[in-house]
Amino acid sequence: MVYLTRKAEFAASHYYHNPDLTPEENQRVFGKCNNPNGHGHNYTLEVTVKGEVDPRSGFVVDLKQLKEVSNREVLDAMNHRFLNKEVPEYSTRIPTTENLAIAIWHRLISKLNKAQLHRVRVYETPDLFVDFYGEA
Amino acid sequence: MKAHLTRRYMFSASHRLHSDAMSEAENAATYGKCNNPFGHGHNYALEVTVSGPVDESTGMVCNLVDLDSFVRREILQRYDLENLNTRAEFMQTVPTTENLCTAIYDILQRGLTQAHLDKVRIEETMMNSFEYAGGSDCVIE
Repeated sequence: MVYLTRKAEFAASHYYHNPDLTPEENQRVFGKCNNPNGHGHNYTLEVTVKGEVDPRSGFVVDLKQLKEVSNREVLDAMNHRFLNKEVPEYSTRIPTTENLAIAIWHRLISKLNKAQLHRVRVYETPDLFVDFYGEA
Repeated sequence: MKAHLTRRYMFSASHRLHSDAMSEAENAATYGKCNNPFGHGHNYALEVTVSGPVDESTGMVCNLVDLDSFVRREILQRYDLENLNTRAEFMQTVPTTENLCTAIYDILQRGLTQAHLDKVRIEETMMNSFEYAGGSDCVIE
């Protein structure tokens, strides 16, 4: 089994707010991230797929297809967007890095033909990243 | 949905690698420059990985404010700008990054209640790193 990782970057804004909590609770739980005007990050996305190396091509996966799917499903939808207002997943969920990794996994998993998705890693900053392996 | 969150911290410390169980010659052969009696230092990068279900209400595995305050209080204040050899945990063991990794893991494992600790990873320099996830295996890269 060989693992292949493709990296991409996107920039987006967000804020953390749960309408079920009071303003004071939101402030206590989310701190500065609760500012309703939002703030932004340069995110780095790493998509890791796994598989056996095809003896004819020497590839684990068709990188062109992986790039096309990542661009279409993730970057086109999230790059230079306000996640809370422009990405449907975050009309009901808080756009934390955890929920970004989960949403990106679900966007990719159904669109990859041959590659087997292994891990989605999202860096919010160089000091913070989240891994999602599709675990329940 | 279970996610794994990793937070990276920096601290600087000095150490000397020297084992009382070895002769001077053995220490010099084993640890080379790191055996210099005056010690030397590193800028360590510490990665702490925790995991758990993503809380529906907060969207988080673990509140970063809680994780940061715990790591700052229990790890960074303990080791940053210190000489590791003077710490109680390294009186009997050599402060290699392997032993530092397991020492930090044990502190986090005992006191961090907000989330499940997956692993600790330490970069001693850009060229080497060490991981410990509990049990008996310490992985060196």
